[in-house]
Amino acid sequence: MTTTPSRPAVEIRDLHKSFGPLEVLKGIDFEVGQGEVVCVIGPSGSGKSTLLRCVDLLEEPTAGRIWVNGVEMTDPDVEVDAVRRGIGMVFQSFNLFPHLTVLNNLTIAQRRVLRRGRAEAERIARANLERVGLTDKADAFPAQLSGGQQQRAAIARSLSMEPKLMLFDEPTSALDPELVGDVLTVMRKLAEDGMTMMVVTHEMAFARDVADRVVFMDGGVVVEQGPPQEVLGAPKHERTRAFLSRVLDPTRVAQLGLPDQSPEPPEAPGLPADDRHTI
Amino acid sequence: MKLRRRQRERLSLGIQYLVFIAVIAVVLFAADWGRLSDAFFRVDIIRSMFPTIITVALRNTVLYTLGAFAFGLVFGTVLALMRLSRVAPYRWVATAYIELFRGLPALLVLFLVGYGIPIAFPEREIPGGVFGSIAIGLGLTAAAYMAETIRAGIQAVPKGQMEAARTLGMSHFTAMRTIVIPQAFRIVIPPLTNELILLTKDSSLAYVLGVTAQTIEITKFGRDMLNDRVNATPLLVAGLAYLVITLPLSQVVRRLELRYAKAR
Repeated sequence: MTTTPSRPAVEIRDLHKSFGPLEVLKGIDFEVGQGEVVCVIGPSGSGKSTLLRCVDLLEEPTAGRIWVNGVEMTDPDVEVDAVRRGIGMVFQSFNLFPHLTVLNNLTIAQRRVLRRGRAEAERIARANLERVGLTDKADAFPAQLSGGQQQRAAIARSLSMEPKLMLFDEPTSALDPELVGDVLTVMRKLAEDGMTMMVVTHEMAFARDVADRVVFMDGGVVVEQGPPQEVLGAPKHERTRAFLSRVLDPTRVAQLGLPDQSPEPPEAPGLPADDRHTI
Repeated sequence: MKLRRRQRERLSLGIQYLVFIAVIAVVLFAADWGRLSDAFFRVDIIRSMFPTIITVALRNTVLYTLGAFAFGLVFGTVLALMRLSRVAPYRWVATAYIELFRGLPALLVLFLVGYGIPIAFPEREIPGGVFGSIAIGLGLTAAAYMAETIRAGIQAVPKGQMEAARTLGMSHFTAMRTIVIPQAFRIVIPPLTNELILLTKDSSLAYVLGVTAQTIEITKFGRDMLNDRVNATPLLVAGLAYLVITLPLSQVVRRLELRYAKAR
């Protein structure tokens, strides 16, 4: 690969983020190398989505510094729009523009931001629609697509800007189970093509098969990270183990429901306390 | 006797139809149709109102309405954006304007524009003469109402839309103009139609500016005829003329909404 050997794609130092009195990120140090695929897992409320959103400055960090491709995002004078052009973001709720056709969803930013001509923008858009398997949906409106198709169109929209880094914020969490596979296939292909990716996800199989590194977050800190076979296969920390057993085998945990096996702070989801008492 | 459910339903429905028919019958038989038609439906008077009521009065009503609506829409959008601005003084000014102009009668505002501005700026003239004065005079009030409608529309566009646009590298302004505002306007089509219909009727206030034979609109035309012929027929015709404008308008908007329903 011909990436410049200089800086990592994402570099985060001592990142803190509070919403009012609630501290969501409590000092994160974190890197994503060029071409690396990093999956961030953890219970909801652990701060993983906030971390991802901080990278794109959708959330303003309370303290700490973030660099993306060597440019400091946390510099107050940073040209945010310019840096964001190099970052693709995929949301849980797709966020396609409902008033535009799929094709125009893919061309509007190319034309307004990159100043590409219509013909060029449409050529690139169609190439990316082909990449995600939606060639025949160019003239449809988002509302006419299934959730999986919408998410793939959203990925193609990001790719049309030719980003160096792609951020995924629980891209399959809003999808019906049978539609998840299509989206994950597209993401896997993207990873194989060498895209740098940071993926917040609950899809453990995807993390195991595609990620170069898995990061487990809980309570606003990185608890442990490493190759997927280590973090998912042989977790060192009790909190990681508890989380994985809940995710991978939810029915068994619910049946046992042993209180001393869930050392989560009360705001963590997992097994609601009420269930235990009513069963 | 206890009725079964279907019998009860049928009885209830029967009573409702009966009341409906009874009311119509009372109106039909009790009214003195001969005198009523003499006062409100004299064919010769109706004939004499054409074609002026269409070629001049209706045309002017439509022009005044569209002028006021266009002015109100542009100015109302600016006010809505000011209300959502990060700059506090913009918010204060917009809020004060909206509260003030929603509270003042449209007639008063029109009067102030028509007579106040020429006194304040004797060197300048409002462009477009009476048309300009009415468009601005009614538009100032309409803008206050529309600003609140448009603000609500902008806020109804999900936050993710702005975020998606920004992450694609669009500036706040570009994202607003190409993503958020177009969606906001689709949301506020029904209340804006309402405003347009209200303006159609408010355009009858034009008389306070002293309209001439060329600038006369429907209501003034009807009232002049009423005085002239000492008969109420012109009022009926004037009323129908307004419906000629508003009914097709509702249809057009309904079509528009159906078309946009697909792209939502």
